[in-house]
Amino acid sequence: MADSAWVPRLATSVAAATDTPRHTAVVRVTHWITALCFFALLVSGVEIVISHPRFYWGETGNVLTPSLFDLPIPSSRDAVQTGYGYVLPDQNGWSRYLHFQAAWVAVLTGLLYVVFGVLAGHFRKNLIPAGADLSWRFKRLAEAQARSYNVLQRLTYLFVIFVLFPLVIWTGLAMSPAFASAIPAVVTVFGGQQSARTIHFFVSVFLVLFLLVHIVMVCLAGFRSRMRAMITGRVVSYKEQP
Amino acid sequence: MSNVSRRKLITGGLAATAGVSGLAVAARLANRYGLIPPDYGGIYGAGATLTYASQRLLTRHSMAREFPRSLISKDPFPNGDPPHDQDFRRLEAGDFADWRLAVEGLVARPASFSLAELKSYPQRSQITHLACEEGWSFIAEWTGVPLSHVLELVGILPQAKYVVYYSVQRDWWDSVDMADALHPQTLITYGMNGADLPVGHGGPLRVRAPRQLGYKSIKHVNRLLVTDSLKEYWPESSYSWYAGI
Repeated sequence: MADSAWVPRLATSVAAATDTPRHTAVVRVTHWITALCFFALLVSGVEIVISHPRFYWGETGNVLTPSLFDLPIPSSRDAVQTGYGYVLPDQNGWSRYLHFQAAWVAVLTGLLYVVFGVLAGHFRKNLIPAGADLSWRFKRLAEAQARSYNVLQRLTYLFVIFVLFPLVIWTGLAMSPAFASAIPAVVTVFGGQQSARTIHFFVSVFLVLFLLVHIVMVCLAGFRSRMRAMITGRVVSYKEQP
Repeated sequence: MSNVSRRKLITGGLAATAGVSGLAVAARLANRYGLIPPDYGGIYGAGATLTYASQRLLTRHSMAREFPRSLISKDPFPNGDPPHDQDFRRLEAGDFADWRLAVEGLVARPASFSLAELKSYPQRSQITHLACEEGWSFIAEWTGVPLSHVLELVGILPQAKYVVYYSVQRDWWDSVDMADALHPQTLITYGMNGADLPVGHGGPLRVRAPRQLGYKSIKHVNRLLVTDSLKEYWPESSYSWYAGI
């Protein structure tokens, strides 16, 4: 019984293995632009945080007020007491330019992706968990990833796309005095500009954790085939192991 | 050459021409409505222009957030050191009675104002945030004369596009466009939290532009210059010119 049930599945897998479409062009292009922007935002964001590695809650906070927590890193400003005997060079000029330029590209790319995702049914087909996909088994990771995502992956992607990314953009805008002058609620909803900055930091940490897990999963599922799928859009050399 | 490729060539050419002229028209319009920042060139120009244009459209009539008295920070951080030179110390010893604010450039009546004169003009007090691009901030009550009032007294010429303001400290100046220069909350500040503006916070005079980050609020200001171009008045720092974000 087990054998007869197994054989047809193997047959379809092998048939599908030769050359299966996996990711559409829009998904692939927006994925890599977002990846590039994320790298730029991360590097420049770390650079900016170095100039004041202290975090607060509420509207205000500075070196004369107690902090919520300090990052145990050196600073690029001598006003911040870090316990290190040196001050790093100030690189905030280009860092801030790059941070906002990459943010613009990321936001516009994200909008394109979300509009496409809704119109082309990408979210419905590939990311919103459906009955048939309610499988938590990691044994089939390579197989599952080659053609579709399991429910945990789907929920994670949806959380990143519809919760973490919007929240990091929102808290970023909440730190802008001009934007907050036009739409004060953008910052008052968090209880203040320093609260928004602290949340911005934590959401960024979560996004970095997601990125690390994402890369580990890609490696576990087969780095070459996953990269090929996200670059060429096709799954070519998929083999079912006996 | 086949018909199809010729047709493709023509439509492609037309589309490219339309695209380029569309961009050119957009750029002209944007420039006319003051949506192009002076640092629009260079590798970060696109991002700087998008930020400036969108915030200019969004903040046309917006007011910086003002806070209740209870939120005034007990520990406002005076970043940096006040000037150490003899001239400044002499002026400070005389309670800045001899401090002057010169206003020149594209104005009908260049003038120089004493502190007493500035204090005799209509006064505005506001409790606003001073947020540094580094990440720290404090809230204080700032008192001064709106920059727009001073500009009205000297009569700015129609071609004026920017106001440059100079610190008495060497090589320290910055500038704002007319939208922020004429904004009611942009003050030539001489008071803080009910007292004279302390030297550590920029006394005796400091520009406060609360819709922009702290580096636009230059301390120890003694000269204003109205201009139509910032080419000669570019700060030496590599910081983005617009600091609304």
